[in-house]
Amino acid sequence: MIEVELAVNGERETVSVDATQTLLDVLRTKLGLTGTKIGCNQGVCGSCTVLIDGKPARSCLVLAAGCRGRAITTIEGVGTADAPSPVQQAFIEAGAVQCGYCTPGMVLAAEALLRKTKRPSVPEIREALSGNLCRCSGYTKIVDAVKLASERAAP
Amino acid sequence: MTDMSIGRAVKRTEDLRFITGKGHYLDDFSRPHQTYAAFVRSPHAHAEIKKINKTKALKVPGVVAVLTGDELAADKIGTLICGWVIKGKDGSPHKAPPHPALATKKVRYVGDHVAVVIGETLDAAKDGAEAVEVEYRTLPAAVDTASAHKPGQPQLHAEAPNNLCYDWEIGDRAKVDAAFSGAAHAVKLQFVNNRLVPNAIEPRAALADYDTGSGEFTLYTTSQNPHVARLVLSAFIGIAPEHKLRVIAPDVGGGFGSKIFIYAEETVALWAARKIGRPVKWTAERSESFVSDAHGRDHVTTAELATDKDGKFLAMRVNTVANLGAYLSTFASAVPTYLYATLLAGQYKTPLIYCDVQGVFTNTTPVDAYRGAGRPEATYVVERLVEEMAAKLKIAPDELRRRNFVQANEFPYTTPVIHQYDCGDFQRAQREALRVADVAGFAQRKADAKKRGKLRGLGYSSYIEACGIAPSAAVGSLGGGVGLWESATIRFNPTGNVSIHVGTHSHGQSHQTTFAQVVADRLGVPFESVEIVEGDTARTPFGMGTYGSRSAAVGLSAVSKAADKIVEKGKKIAGHLLEAAPQDIEFRDGKFRVMGTDKEVGIAQVAFAAYVPHNYPKDLEPGFEETAFYDPLNFSFPAGTHVAEVEIDPETGTTEIVNYSAVDDFGTIINPMIVEGQVHGGIVQGVGQALLEGAVYDADGQLASGSYMDYTMPRADNVPSFKVETIVVPSPLNPLGVKGCGEAGAIAAPAAVMNAVHDALRAVGVDKVEMPATPHRVWSAIRNAKKKAAK
Repeated sequence: MIEVELAVNGERETVSVDATQTLLDVLRTKLGLTGTKIGCNQGVCGSCTVLIDGKPARSCLVLAAGCRGRAITTIEGVGTADAPSPVQQAFIEAGAVQCGYCTPGMVLAAEALLRKTKRPSVPEIREALSGNLCRCSGYTKIVDAVKLASERAAP
Repeated sequence: MTDMSIGRAVKRTEDLRFITGKGHYLDDFSRPHQTYAAFVRSPHAHAEIKKINKTKALKVPGVVAVLTGDELAADKIGTLICGWVIKGKDGSPHKAPPHPALATKKVRYVGDHVAVVIGETLDAAKDGAEAVEVEYRTLPAAVDTASAHKPGQPQLHAEAPNNLCYDWEIGDRAKVDAAFSGAAHAVKLQFVNNRLVPNAIEPRAALADYDTGSGEFTLYTTSQNPHVARLVLSAFIGIAPEHKLRVIAPDVGGGFGSKIFIYAEETVALWAARKIGRPVKWTAERSESFVSDAHGRDHVTTAELATDKDGKFLAMRVNTVANLGAYLSTFASAVPTYLYATLLAGQYKTPLIYCDVQGVFTNTTPVDAYRGAGRPEATYVVERLVEEMAAKLKIAPDELRRRNFVQANEFPYTTPVIHQYDCGDFQRAQREALRVADVAGFAQRKADAKKRGKLRGLGYSSYIEACGIAPSAAVGSLGGGVGLWESATIRFNPTGNVSIHVGTHSHGQSHQTTFAQVVADRLGVPFESVEIVEGDTARTPFGMGTYGSRSAAVGLSAVSKAADKIVEKGKKIAGHLLEAAPQDIEFRDGKFRVMGTDKEVGIAQVAFAAYVPHNYPKDLEPGFEETAFYDPLNFSFPAGTHVAEVEIDPETGTTEIVNYSAVDDFGTIINPMIVEGQVHGGIVQGVGQALLEGAVYDADGQLASGSYMDYTMPRADNVPSFKVETIVVPSPLNPLGVKGCGEAGAIAAPAAVMNAVHDALRAVGVDKVEMPATPHRVWSAIRNAKKKAAK
């Protein structure tokens, strides 16, 4: 086991992890942060997306032991039910959520995009979300939500 | 009317938990002292199991138990069942060979369950599963749908000679044949309806707990219908008496049919939990989902349409071989028969229809209902035939449809294949679709595309589906083993807020919002004060669950009936409080009022009086809670016209959907935002079938497309946005006039897209492309057509 200090959602926590344990597994099983979802565990579906130093990453492909000193943001760190982030608020208003399983990953992919690009075009939004599978929505309303959030943030 | 009423785009109350990561899906649950299950699965499509050696596995640190099918059988755990018996042409019931949850003598598909290893940790269970030594004698596999029932094929089950589960028919063959021989025109098509993998993003999972003190089981599972799971697991599989089994389906991350069925994994988890005396948890890995979630579609069809000289449809003749996979899944037998061939009339007055279906076993994953379930396949048959007939007769395809539509004044309309359509307006939906799609401007767009070297095509799909499944007596008469009613309890709490307990289950359908809208509307209570309780057999009345776009048409009808009962009882209480006769009380906007006066009392006050009955009618029971069961009078029939416009690059074979328009009639709309989302999602699944998705088996029965790297899922950058509108012809047959909207997109889209692809490719001499119309297929078809033309 390896002792590693992780900075998750602004809190520092020391956890002992196996050398082969993924960040996804550690978040879910050691830190109780179950908002990050497992969809394929192969880095293809995007359900486990978190931000590492502000960039989107697939936590199923990242070893937890390698995250020492890096700032990790999970869905739990984006906003709360009382104070959702503008992206989260836009997801509600655009009707972008159905079963909700891909939603945490989608929200984080959108957060990452809007940090980088203030007013993305629709093709840019679609490209930024193309690593995240959704089987329910057909993507249209998720794209609408990201557009809405960007318009509000940068009118 | 308030902003939360029926018809308003109320924002979803589910969303706060989902957007903040606070949804509770199966894998988020744990039980104290739980263990983990890993399945040993067959690597072969067809093999005899000669020997299973557990020794090494049992030595793996952390392995708790290794259990096999022989032990399962010894404990008298029954086999998995199919709940719908199809009778063949000769009247004999279909062949339903035993489907053990853990295979004993033979394995019949890659992924078939051979043993389960229970570990202290997931890693221990998986290491243990790797260490189980299974000796197989491999057998040749029957994989191909079309030839599985032909002579000389490898045989799956002794009970089903020639791999034939059933040979079923509907309609009068002789009359149809006679109509064809006298017809002016006929077209004949042969095509494959490609096999699909449902791919809910949340993998299936089960967490089974056995309480040795009470003898009660609790199963947390990813189910669209927890009561059905409990019923099957108790009555047929024999896990426990029904009252000793509680099934909880919490937040479920998409279903699309694949989470209707009762699978081996939850059966084994329950059995193992009792055997080892500890909770057992299993979550599918994605590779397991690919091989073990029931697949969809997989038909090989020959279809013919005959018309008179003016293009009036005379008869349709269809033969389909339907691949059922290695075993019969829970409702598999009904999908390519009663959910398919009964929709072959489509929106048209075709007077004679004959269809026969051979349901075949193959060494592949079982096939069952997947979004649309039979109706996408039927729509594809009908709408491809109509489009090809239009091309042959040189009649515009929309015009040919109009000549044959059932007219708005002809309802109720009985088709030659059982159904009686209650209502509709097919012409209006088509007219609106032509407007939304700007069909008038298509010729110009096509010409412009041609200048750019691109091929443009326009395709229609005027679909109809049967939803609101279903009147129980009708289901029973056709071989179904269950009733398909729905139930609801409305419970006013003493403080005036309301709990609605229903037997449906939301896994993306937004019941928490839409059901609350209906209750708030009907009972005049604040939307925020209504809670929807679903997904737990201990907390909800028995219900059949959510699939087949039935939750509004059937489930909300039960809610509506329960609301009627609440109002009826409320009038008695209010009459007492207001010193008037109950028949003189009217109920409106949440208030009981003495007619013609301003004497009134609110429903919350009435509820309080019912729980604190100090001043209360002598002969009335206290309490303010009512339960209703609703058995539908008929199916409901959503219908509409979708128009796809594609542009094909002949150099690369890539197809781009440049416009997609849909005009649907779902009856009364409860929440237009949610309906749009349902339609969008359905269309993308249909577009996926048409252009991207396909489960591919090699000749040995290995699933070649067994991961997200190999199976092309629609992604945000490879699907278009849509123009979606509705018309409203309320169903006269249920209290709210609703029809159902969950599957329409998946039903309509494959035919619309493929008709557009064929329309585009006709210009270069291509007459056939199969789904999925991948760039390679399209490019090859163009190249072959060129070669043929050059000869």
